[in-house]
Amino acid sequence: MFKVFQRPICLLYLLATATLLRLCIGLHSYSGAHTPPRYGDYEAQRHWMEVTLNLPVKHWYANSTDNNLDYWGLDYPPLSAYQSWLYGKLLQPFEPRAFELRRSRGYETPRSKLLLRWCVVASDLLVFFPAVLASVAVLTRGRAPACKSALLAAALLQPAALLIDHGHFQYNNLCLGLAAGAAAAVAGGRHLLGSCLFCLALNHKQMALYYAPAFFAHLLGCALRLPSLPAKVTRICELGATVVATFAACWAPFLVQPARGADVLRRLAPLGRGLYEDYVANFWCSTSALVKWRQLFSQQVLVHACAGCTLAALLPAAVAEARRPSAQGLLRCMAASSFAFFLFSYQVHEKSIMLPLLPLTLLGASGDAGEAMLRRWLPAMAAFSMFPLLKKDRLRRLCG
Amino acid sequence: MRWRIVVFVTALKVLLFPAYRSTDFEVHRNWLAITSSLPLRQWYTNTTSQWTLDYPPLFAWFEWALAQAAWLVDPAMLDVANLGYASDSTILFQRGSVIVSDAALISGAWFATRREPEPRRSLAVFLLVANSGLLLVDHVHFQYNGLLLGILVWSLALVREGRSLAGGVLFAVLLNMKHLFACLAPVYFVHLLRHHCRGPHAMRRFAVLGACVAGVFAVSFGPFVLAGQLRQVLGRLFPFQRGLCHAYWAANVWALYAAADKALAAGLQLLGRPAAAPAANLTGGLVGVSSFAVLPDVSPAAALALVLAALAPCLVRLWRAPDPAGFVHAVAYAAMCSFMAGYHVHEKAALMVTVPLALDAIRSRPAARDWLFLSATAHYALLPLLFTLAEYPIKVLIYGIYTPKA
Repeated sequence: MFKVFQRPICLLYLLATATLLRLCIGLHSYSGAHTPPRYGDYEAQRHWMEVTLNLPVKHWYANSTDNNLDYWGLDYPPLSAYQSWLYGKLLQPFEPRAFELRRSRGYETPRSKLLLRWCVVASDLLVFFPAVLASVAVLTRGRAPACKSALLAAALLQPAALLIDHGHFQYNNLCLGLAAGAAAAVAGGRHLLGSCLFCLALNHKQMALYYAPAFFAHLLGCALRLPSLPAKVTRICELGATVVATFAACWAPFLVQPARGADVLRRLAPLGRGLYEDYVANFWCSTSALVKWRQLFSQQVLVHACAGCTLAALLPAAVAEARRPSAQGLLRCMAASSFAFFLFSYQVHEKSIMLPLLPLTLLGASGDAGEAMLRRWLPAMAAFSMFPLLKKDRLRRLCG
Repeated sequence: MRWRIVVFVTALKVLLFPAYRSTDFEVHRNWLAITSSLPLRQWYTNTTSQWTLDYPPLFAWFEWALAQAAWLVDPAMLDVANLGYASDSTILFQRGSVIVSDAALISGAWFATRREPEPRRSLAVFLLVANSGLLLVDHVHFQYNGLLLGILVWSLALVREGRSLAGGVLFAVLLNMKHLFACLAPVYFVHLLRHHCRGPHAMRRFAVLGACVAGVFAVSFGPFVLAGQLRQVLGRLFPFQRGLCHAYWAANVWALYAAADKALAAGLQLLGRPAAAPAANLTGGLVGVSSFAVLPDVSPAAALALVLAALAPCLVRLWRAPDPAGFVHAVAYAAMCSFMAGYHVHEKAALMVTVPLALDAIRSRPAARDWLFLSATAHYALLPLLFTLAEYPIKVLIYGIYTPKA
């Protein structure tokens, strides 16, 4: 099959097939369909559009009569909020009633569902597809076209990502796309662009933090390998300045008053939520059958234990990457670090399995047998591990 | 590779479960109910629903067989009075039954191409199994064309290999499931007569073939003949009151004829000489056009004569030189004739051309080119069947992915 993809037009087929599958999955039900009072992630996204459209920026993350944070308050970083605002602006002319302040709660019509679905597909087309194309192009330079197309197909048709974003309803692929773009840029030697893209990913969803150690180690390692001390210092200063500037740009409206910035931060780190959500295939949840972690230890202790375990798990990979940075190494380190976070960190969501999944998929053609085994089985296992989540949404159908 | 195609297409079909369904979904539900809960004598007389049974008896038996499984899923869908019933399990069952019955097409594709060398064989399987028109008509619009065309592919493959008797009997079965395929009957008849019934045992071979075909018809129509209902059944099967063109004009000669009629009527209007009274009921356009404003009406007999006239050269050639290798082409040509000039043609009849021709398209480059042009236009003409917003990008993509693939 992959021989067919050698011609350029075949790339178009692949993209069209990937889009078609997304649209078809979108025909199905979504998170929290017709289940008042809180509905689900679909309602959360719609609610954010409603809030960002109707309230001034300073009230987005603050509790008020118009923005009851207990009802799907914004809990993603500012870039997500801007994205909600942008899509809200685009959709408002078509379905104004879906975005009326306070009166539109639980608004769901076939038409509004369709419009929101199309937004997710559009984000994939605009951000995720180009990012994956770029990273495959950079990472498989000089390899056989068949290998490239196989990688591309694996990344674009990732079942877990398809089901979460287009079935359950979220915008993870935006964040993952930015991260993949960052990896492509860094691997291609454009470190400043890469760190800027990665900061954007981080500002879209805090889950991109899972990759941060890898990027940090790789960029640091590269900087330290520069020949002279002044060059090293300049590079590190440049990188630091890029990161600070990107963050400042994203947070500008909230930095005018420190209190607003604090509002956002409180929303982003929900330590109060518990060790893990429903059913996650990570260390704490799996072992809780034997050890009742949550009853034995206080929350404070658990948070510290989580942080310690995560750091310990990701450190070897990060150190190795800092000492001998390489493009493949960056991906490996991204996978290792996000696995460490997934297995040991505090408050992990099922969908986080997609974070290790992306770099592992992109690693693709490397020869290691163990990695090949992981690549073969992880996508299926990942999709299976999200089964409880999907069952809730009546989205039971998987496809290979 | 071939398996991958089948698995992928099946997965796509499953994903299309919640898509838009036309009234044909209710039609088939009603037939499930009629065949399972009413005695045989009432199958072709029941009028509880407006969607009366109008397929030949073997298809009714197929619905009966499905209904036996439907009992286990949701007995409520088998109630004749339960009009418009569409519970989740009913949708699941009916959509699932289409996918399962597509096994006929998949196995037919497998069988017909089993002697082809590998890359070509996979391509042929793809062209047959992933046919975009079929996906849209069967798995979105809702029909069982995959089953019917699958039987046709089996039959064609058998005839092409010289196993005319089996192919002919299978065609008789097909004819008794959907009489639309009767337009292929002349080609089958001439070919079987000239190719199968030859040699020293010509008469005996003819007798065996005739007996087999007659047997199929007897099994199918026999019970209704015994019940004295033959006229009733035939009246259901051939509703000539329906009009020359279907709701949407199929892209054939009569569409041009009707368009010319409209243009002439409009022209006369401009000249200050309005056309005769019937013009009024033409303006709807979507309603079946049964009378024309300016041009003379076309009777079913006239349409039939035109079809036969177009078909004649092909039949003459078949008579002179019956050749199994060219048979698929002849069948596709016959389907094309009836599509182009037939009475009350449905757009989906074009699938009867593109599916058989796919068998030949892989043989040579010119054939592939012709097939590409034909399938691109034919399947494009199917797109108006699906008109809801949600399906719009889907149908365009299905069409777009499939069409250039050849």
